[in-house]
Amino acid sequence: MIVKEKPKAFYDTFERKGAGEKVTHYCPGCGHGTAHKLIAEVLAEMEIQDRTIFLSPVGCSVFAYYYMDTGNIQCAHGRAPAVGTGIRRTRKDAILISYQGDGDLAAIGTAEIIHAANRGENLTVFFINNAIYGMTGGQMAPTTLEGQKTLTTPLGRSPGRDGHPIGMSEVMASLKTPVFIERVSLSTPGKVLKARKVFRKALENQVDRKGFSFVEVLSPCPINWKMDPVEARKWMQDQLEPLYPVQNFRDHSEIPTPADDTLPFLNDAALIELLQTGGSVPEPPSTSEKLEQRVKIAGFGGQGVLSAGVLLANYVLARGYQATWLPSYGPEMRGGKANASVIFSTREIGSPVVAHPNVLIALNTPSLVSFEQDVQPGGLILVNSSLIKEKVSRKDVEVLEIPASEMAREGGVLATANIIMLTIYLKHRDLADIRILKGILPGSVKRKEAVDLNLRMIDRALEYYERMFS
Amino acid sequence: MSENVKQLIKGNEAAVYGALMGGATHFFGYPITPASEIAQGAARYFTLAGRHFLQAESEVAVINMLYGSAAAGARVMTASSGPGMSLMAEGLSYIAGAELPCVVVDVQRAGPGLGNIWPEQSDYNITVKGGGHGNYKSIVLAPHSAQELCDFTYQAFELADRYRITVIILADAYIGQMMEPVEIPGIVLQGQRKDWALYGDRESRGNLVTSILMDPQLQSEHNWMLQDKYEQIAREFCLWDEVETEDAEYLFVAYGITSRICHSAVEELRSKGIKAGLLRPQTLTPFPQKRLKELASTGRTIISAELSNGMMAEDVDRIFAGKAECERFCWLGGIIPSVQDIVERVGTLARGGTL
Ligand code: SF4
Repeated sequence: MIVKEKPKAFYDTFERKGAGEKVTHYCPGCGHGTAHKLIAEVLAEMEIQDRTIFLSPVGCSVFAYYYMDTGNIQCAHGRAPAVGTGIRRTRKDAILISYQGDGDLAAIGTAEIIHAANRGENLTVFFINNAIYGMTGGQMAPTTLEGQKTLTTPLGRSPGRDGHPIGMSEVMASLKTPVFIERVSLSTPGKVLKARKVFRKALENQVDRKGFSFVEVLSPCPINWKMDPVEARKWMQDQLEPLYPVQNFRDHSEIPTPADDTLPFLNDAALIELLQTGGSVPEPPSTSEKLEQRVKIAGFGGQGVLSAGVLLANYVLARGYQATWLPSYGPEMRGGKANASVIFSTREIGSPVVAHPNVLIALNTPSLVSFEQDVQPGGLILVNSSLIKEKVSRKDVEVLEIPASEMAREGGVLATANIIMLTIYLKHRDLADIRILKGILPGSVKRKEAVDLNLRMIDRALEYYERMFS
Repeated sequence: MSENVKQLIKGNEAAVYGALMGGATHFFGYPITPASEIAQGAARYFTLAGRHFLQAESEVAVINMLYGSAAAGARVMTASSGPGMSLMAEGLSYIAGAELPCVVVDVQRAGPGLGNIWPEQSDYNITVKGGGHGNYKSIVLAPHSAQELCDFTYQAFELADRYRITVIILADAYIGQMMEPVEIPGIVLQGQRKDWALYGDRESRGNLVTSILMDPQLQSEHNWMLQDKYEQIAREFCLWDEVETEDAEYLFVAYGITSRICHSAVEELRSKGIKAGLLRPQTLTPFPQKRLKELASTGRTIISAELSNGMMAEDVDRIFAGKAECERFCWLGGIIPSVQDIVERVGTLARGGTL
């Protein structure tokens, strides 16, 4: 079908050159005009113009939005597939056309095109391959032929220096996800008509939500090839098409459409409930006395150092105190050492950093060695005497030695030494409300079957405290 | 559930809660320490709540997904840290040029380069002064607690929509990693239809989202319009907090984790009889310069305290234009000052010594 009138998906005038001027900004004989026209015709024919959002690239076709009477968005160089992904995830019914040149898609934007294709974004990409950079005046593109002279390959492209030309359709075909991949050419009227069918197919796939369709369009750039339009088309047939075979690489459009990815709906009340899971309304503080505890819990990874800190912070929060918890995190967390700083206070907490704890819970020897000297005079050090044979050398602090690891082992699980130390600390400082502590604990223990055991350890610790220290 | 429910969560997680309550519908992310929990939390909670989460191939892709999604009318966000912010600079500039509303949480770590994962406040210049190419600004909010990370993120979407601007929540590794009690806002917000956005429908067909204006005259008009907008924001919206400022002879200016430490230092100094105070900018752009000028007019010593080489101090200096004395307390590389360190330095100043 030869259409004589201007396609309805085109604007009537190209405002860029001043209102009313009916001239295109492309050079004579350029393939962009043809490609635009095919797209505009198909959009009108398929009656999807209202739903279409055209993604303009950086390059000669940067002003595509002056032609396409559709929704339009201009994208940073190479990023159209990412921009398209953003729109796709927002507007399921929009028809998205990513129109990209070879600098845009095959050079700066390779990561974006490959990953959008690999995710199977439901969009249609028209990749205009003219083997050169157009807009910036004819530099080498990733698609430039071996030996081809450009401004930046004055002696001709050398594979040794510049690499071989990239066949993007072939690269795309190495991915599993794309639904449709085809290379077409605009070198002859017959091939243009063939291209039109492929364009339509690539858009139909999108309407049917099939996924990612990729059409590589071999297109002339007479200006930068330094040829007239007729020579340019001959060169395409003689040089370009042998290197970039015009063919279908994949058509999976008959395979059933992937399952719908609709997410669940959550109303406001349910959202609030979800976000408040695990929270509680704090009790008013039981004492009006000013109190501030700066607790450092230290040991090696696996001793439940961080989780003991979280349990403590949750407990004091439930009791109406202000609280902060700060971990040692990052690489050192993955190594042997771990420590958590917990501050709780009757007043607003400034620095969450515990440089000088008034309570140190040391679960292993290195922790005692590292932090003993930092403890404030008059402070409290709880020593896990099962693992720490050294004695605290400071005379100006209070020391409680607790064979926590032994008690934990006797109780059945070594990892509960942290709960034992914590309970004794709270008891000793007269801060233990066992009902609240036991109420908080299940939320802090990851393995549900360990909850009962941990609860029993609290009792065991209390019993030990009564026997040894009171 | 009743209101006033408090829960102990990480600052990073609080940002996710604030975002969901603030009506964010889309999160695009790429993991980076110390911001990763935001993407992880978003993956979990956005998905459970029927919103959209996607992990992209890079920060470059992330910010362009934000660009697309915001252009399509969504309330969008991401979170990152220094190296990721550098990669996003290009997209942030396009977003500014096209005037799209976006929310970005930057949990700062030490740089330059890969640096380390401990806190610095050295993304100040790239967030407060633009960061990408071109004459643009973002709104920059600086939380000092998990609660503020929640509240600022909540508020950010309304601000972003109102002014068609990027709102950056500039936290730091400690504020993001520490756990504190957080109460979520009571009401779930949501955005309205935007007459300039691309909905892929008949009504919005004529819309164009772009940042190119080839004609210097038009580009100039556009850029001046943006400057007017930034000035309007400065007039309408500026937040800060004060601690014992009225009679302070030593006034700290600090934000984020540093402000928490200075707050403790103020209490300690006061207990020693030294009159210290704290001005804590909650918005870094716009900066509370009017209030700072007022406070500085009475001849006190201003101390700009930050985990950078003095990026904020330069702004503070400029505000005084030599009319007040401004000391700089700076820490780099992930070093966190102790309260004691600050107290001693001020003590030295108070005794007439030099640092
Ligand atoms: S430079 Fe080449 S691609 Fe660009 S408009 Fe001219 S002919 Fe077309």
